[in-house]
Amino acid sequence: MAVKLETPLGEEDVLKLRAGDIILLSGTIYTARDSAHRRILSLPREELPFEPEGAVIYHCGPVVRKRGESYKVVSAGPTTSARMNRYLDGILGLGVRGIIGKGGMEVGPFKGRAVYFAFTGGAGSLAARSIKGVKAVHWLDLGIPEALWVLEVEDFPLIVAIDAHGGSLYR
Amino acid sequence: MIDGLVEAIRLAVTRIPDDTVSALQRAYEEEESEIARFNLENILKAIEIGKTESIPVCQDTGTLIFFVKAGVNSPFLGELKGAIIEATRRVTEEVPLRPNAVDILTGRNSGDNTGRGVPVIHWEITEGDEIEVAVLPKGGGSENCSALAMLTPSEGWEGVKRFVVEHLKACGGKPCPPVVLGIGVGGGADYAMGLAKRALLRRLGERNPDGRIAELEEELLKEINALGIGPMGMGGRTTALDVKIEVAHRHPASFPVGLVVQCWANRRAFLRIKPEGRVEVWQ
Repeated sequence: MAVKLETPLGEEDVLKLRAGDIILLSGTIYTARDSAHRRILSLPREELPFEPEGAVIYHCGPVVRKRGESYKVVSAGPTTSARMNRYLDGILGLGVRGIIGKGGMEVGPFKGRAVYFAFTGGAGSLAARSIKGVKAVHWLDLGIPEALWVLEVEDFPLIVAIDAHGGSLYR
Repeated sequence: MIDGLVEAIRLAVTRIPDDTVSALQRAYEEEESEIARFNLENILKAIEIGKTESIPVCQDTGTLIFFVKAGVNSPFLGELKGAIIEATRRVTEEVPLRPNAVDILTGRNSGDNTGRGVPVIHWEITEGDEIEVAVLPKGGGSENCSALAMLTPSEGWEGVKRFVVEHLKACGGKPCPPVVLGIGVGGGADYAMGLAKRALLRRLGERNPDGRIAELEEELLKEINALGIGPMGMGGRTTALDVKIEVAHRHPASFPVGLVVQCWANRRAFLRIKPEGRVEVWQ
């Protein structure tokens, strides 16, 4: 049975999850890839365009369509998370409680504080169905794939692939 | 001609080829773990949505790579390169595709999938008056798992198998398994990589016409699936949908092996330009 979760996530939300659990995530999530991670960690906390405490970061560079001043997400699956391993400890240190991606990450930094959720790589057209809207976009100077997209999701189906207790599904 | 190229690129990113869909359906039926089935079910749903809504199945619409067989007597040879670049710009806007061309020095995204050396075009001059173009949108996650090994001749085919299996094991879920592998052996470092990428254009299940190489393809496929990496690296029976090997003669001192990893989406489309200008598009 899928567990429903809503952002922002608290410590207790995260600690009750175990690798292999299927969850449905709703609320606000933030996309970030290589360049956005670098920028997040280079800025003082008060200059970040989002509140990292309890946040969920999605390793995703979406395909978006611009209509006038508004954006619509067309396809938005996860990108390979291992590229962001070097930033992981710093990001989780800001209070981020969840990472969504594919392919897995280092298990150590998640212990006691956060979880790694996997969505199916390549299934971008399906992921887009869980995205109800674009609330904002920051750092478009990094390019569309690398910008920080603030997305509203509803019942995004995810697998807990690395839990906060050292458990991991990856081979 | 530009319209035809736009159509071929759109087809490649929004429709997954039938042979690949069948292989994924078979994989779904054979998997027993709930997690492997969750992933394969998502894949099959995403394919269906891409097809019915005509949107990119994967958000990484890749770097566009074109393999051109250019008949020397085609009247369209001179305009083809410009047409490919123009079609790339148009399709980026129309489908839309994700802009994936970033300046190597400044990191600036060009915004339209064109730039220095991009889209990538491989040219081959052939006889006759037709042009055949294969479109291969190549995603970054799987391409990052591509590799070259310069083996010694004494390592030979055993070395090829060891290299491919070890490398795939190290990549785990990163390239979006179940993957398709293109392997090029011989010809030198650059040529081996080119052969490997070209091998991906072959249909799944279609073996190399040389029976001995066909056997190696099957052996490798079995060994890779025995690794248990499974869909998205979370365990399962299907890690690769197929293995394609292409070969060339080698230097006596060298045994180059190019390995190109393609994700499950295995995107491709083809286009033929007839001498009178008629265009055929297929997958």
